[in-house]
Amino acid sequence: MKQPLRDIVGGFYSLLSGMRVTIAQFFKPSVTVHYPHESLQMPARFRGHIELVRDPATGKAVCFACKVCEKSCPSDCITVEGAKLEGAKRKSVTQFRLDFTKCSLCGSCVEACKSNAIRFSRQYNLASTNKDEFVMDLFKRLEAEGQ
Amino acid sequence: MSLPEPFRLLAYLLGIMAFVGLNAAYLVWVERKGAGRFQRRPGPTEVGYAGLLQPIADAVKLLTKQVIVPPGADATLFRLAPVVVLAPALMCLAIIPFGPHLVAREINVGLLLLFAFGSINVMAIMIGGWASRNKYAIISAARVVSQDVAYEIPMLLVVITMLMVTGTMDLNQIVRQQAGAFWNWNLFKLAANPLMPVTFVIFYICMLAETNRAPFDMAEAESELVAGAFTEYAGMGFGVFFMAEYANIVVGCAVATVLFLGGWQSPIGILPGAFWFLLKLYALVFSVVWVRWTFPRTQFYGLLNLSWKILIPIALFTLILSSVMLKLF
Repeated sequence: MKQPLRDIVGGFYSLLSGMRVTIAQFFKPSVTVHYPHESLQMPARFRGHIELVRDPATGKAVCFACKVCEKSCPSDCITVEGAKLEGAKRKSVTQFRLDFTKCSLCGSCVEACKSNAIRFSRQYNLASTNKDEFVMDLFKRLEAEGQ
Repeated sequence: MSLPEPFRLLAYLLGIMAFVGLNAAYLVWVERKGAGRFQRRPGPTEVGYAGLLQPIADAVKLLTKQVIVPPGADATLFRLAPVVVLAPALMCLAIIPFGPHLVAREINVGLLLLFAFGSINVMAIMIGGWASRNKYAIISAARVVSQDVAYEIPMLLVVITMLMVTGTMDLNQIVRQQAGAFWNWNLFKLAANPLMPVTFVIFYICMLAETNRAPFDMAEAESELVAGAFTEYAGMGFGVFFMAEYANIVVGCAVATVLFLGGWQSPIGILPGAFWFLLKLYALVFSVVWVRWTFPRTQFYGLLNLSWKILIPIALFTLILSSVMLKLF
């Protein structure tokens, strides 16, 4: 007779302590980020799709179209075209096509680039109803950002 | 109020329907906001200020949907079930004393009427589940019947205890007996029955079970039975079931307020009236939401064990104890 009663009282007490836990949470501030209105800063090592690095001295892309990244890419996502501008010592990039539908963010291109001309971006808002939007020209993107 | 009787009743009827509609709509908001707060998130915020127009948007959505009667279902019963589930709740509110004079109909067998109508709810969910011709709905209907029959017994035992203590079935009379400060409430009438708070807890648990609220939401065990008895309901048919759930919670909390928490009496002895009644009512409603977002659903045999092995023996014991106390003192 004693044990069942103790079970009932103990069980009821455990219910009450459970309710105490939840009411304590009730008055604490909310921890969620209200996405469309506010968004999180992506961490430094976040791997978005790659982007070209701008040379702070000249304002142009660091990339000189050596095509090492193109060769290093295991999925053939990258196509680089370059041209030698008048008076310049070496080539500069004119087209940097990334097919993000095939990219697995392995980072081989970033590792392969000796002059640190490409890096991971922190883009994560990538949704589209059109597949072609994921074939992007990173050079045009860089130019557009510069303006 | 000196309106002639038919007009007075009509005014109260409209008032009750508005009260139920408003409560059903905005308790959904309270529930969602409460769920959000308990889970450390803001809850609905997009429609209107703090999501206050969300229930209206939901109602518009439900109203524009087609009401589908599944082929092979019993069309009459299928359409009847939402009506039968909501009507008793409206009926019960007609005799709840919101204030000293704010009651649609003062009946001297109020308590009896309340529980007579209150149990129709079970039958309505059973009709809905049965008429849907859906295996989940039928399993759910069977569960609801065994659950609500199991919980009706301790609840009525508690009510008999209260009847013996108060000596009347008139709800307004019961409230008047609890006049004065809060130690005059039935909850704290330890002289009449030292186990009065236990009685209240049993009543509260049974109220949760009778209204099919979590952790006893066997009727709509959405993780096991799709949506239980409401699986086949679309549009406003489902909406009415939803409204009825909240209307039944309001009725259950109102009865608990009247029986145990002194109804419209003020706890500090000043300004008794509808204000205090609503305050206590919504405090209880909040606790119902609180319980829902604290405990997971019980297993079915756990639910029946709780009733038959724990609540009924304790309720019987308090019944006997209070009759002995009445006889002795």
